[in-house]
Amino acid sequence: MAGAHASSLLVPGDSRLHRLRPQCKIAAAVAFIFIVVATPREQFWAFGAYVAGLVLITGISGLPPRLVLRRLTVDLPFLAFALFLPFFAGGEQVGDGWWSLSIDGLWASWNIVAKGTLGVATSVLLTGTTSLADLIRGMERLHAPAAFTAITTFMVRYAEVITGEMQRMKVARESRGHDPRWLWQIRAIAHTAGTLFVRSYERGERVHLAMLSRGFDGAMPRMVEGGAPRSDWTTAAILPATALAVSLAAWMVHT
Amino acid sequence: MDGAHVTPVLAVEGLAYAYPDGHQALFGVDMRIEAGERVALLGPNGAGKTTLVLHLNGIHLAGRGSVRVAGTMVEKSSLAEIRRRVGLVFQDPDDQLFMPTVRDDVAFGPANLGLRGDELDHRVHDALAAVGMTDVADRAPHHLSFGQRRRVAVATVLAMRPDVLVLDEPSSNLDPASRRELAEILVGLEQTILLVTHDLPYALELCPRSLVMNEGTIVADGPTADILGDAALMAANRLELPYGFDPASVPPPGPRS
Repeated sequence: MAGAHASSLLVPGDSRLHRLRPQCKIAAAVAFIFIVVATPREQFWAFGAYVAGLVLITGISGLPPRLVLRRLTVDLPFLAFALFLPFFAGGEQVGDGWWSLSIDGLWASWNIVAKGTLGVATSVLLTGTTSLADLIRGMERLHAPAAFTAITTFMVRYAEVITGEMQRMKVARESRGHDPRWLWQIRAIAHTAGTLFVRSYERGERVHLAMLSRGFDGAMPRMVEGGAPRSDWTTAAILPATALAVSLAAWMVHT
Repeated sequence: MDGAHVTPVLAVEGLAYAYPDGHQALFGVDMRIEAGERVALLGPNGAGKTTLVLHLNGIHLAGRGSVRVAGTMVEKSSLAEIRRRVGLVFQDPDDQLFMPTVRDDVAFGPANLGLRGDELDHRVHDALAAVGMTDVADRAPHHLSFGQRRRVAVATVLAMRPDVLVLDEPSSNLDPASRRELAEILVGLEQTILLVTHDLPYALELCPRSLVMNEGTIVADGPTADILGDAALMAANRLELPYGFDPASVPPPGPRS
């Protein structure tokens, strides 16, 4: 979790990518990721083409490449797991005497690393050019279930309120000399967690009251109107369309 | 909204209410507020002020007695209408503001009333303009200062064009400048206002009339300056003026601007 500053992934800008309607960007990103995942792993050149596409888009978006690379590191723990595969997978092995790697494992590892990283890179580009509010609005336009968008909205809105509350409780605890070093001192922290839960629950009730007071009747009103212009859809379609062509070509070479 | 004989905008008669756990909070409340009035509701903690307020827009429904808003009885079938007419501004703006942007939040109420498109945009703009917050429309509520959030919270309710605005402790946690700015905004509004507060100078500044509540009933009703000047009444209801404040030393609240 990006935690306290979950809402600050957006890098403000005015590129073509920033200006695309969020629903077009989300649809394009999801389509692209599916196509990448469906590409045969043996066709290295196809993945090279995907990377080139994303590099091109990074250029258009105006996001600093270093920032994109830094955000890519969120999938490192996941990749570490993938890198273990060649050591533990069974089947045919390569190596001599004192070391050996599974060939299946190597392929699986490559598959996960390549496709996972491409997926994360796509998300980094999406979230770097779209505010959270717009992402939710885009999901709404794409007819995501209202309960889903409502829950996401609340999560985004209250993450900071609750971490703020947690921080204040921590400061108050430490101000009274609490300095936990050992496991048996965890009691106070457990109580904090419990209190925080109850407080958040009560806040939920108050928020609900405030919503009822403004005429909420159980369904979030859909406020977004008017679809995206056709040009946005066409522009957004360039990436998945090209990727689809690459993927189909890869399959034809493959079989 | 003319003359004294028209139906009062808020009329509460013999209202009693006990919470589901058996704790009784209201013991027969009577009050009448005419259109265009600004009235303060004073009283110690636990007097039942918040419980009363939650009856005014039908969050709680009367156990006994009745609540009427501009003649309409508050009951299950009239809730949508009542909630349009009575706007509640809660004490903690973080409870009130829950959408990702200020604009969306202010639009939430009128959107629930069925407004869309240009008409909705208009409402949002007018409400934010009324509290001087149009330039933060696209910001996230949690990135605003506390005073700004309080003002936006008022706007979320104004956007529903209510007849009555009920504010729960609007001056709490505000720095003196924000407190004054909010007062200026409230004085400029045309709505009937019920101000629930412990901030007695604020009540005196804004509300010509005050109600005192204690132990679930209204125990006093009169001009704010008279109530604040009645030492025996004040002491009996745990009301205290800030150190050095003499209600007789300031001009009484002026008529509506």
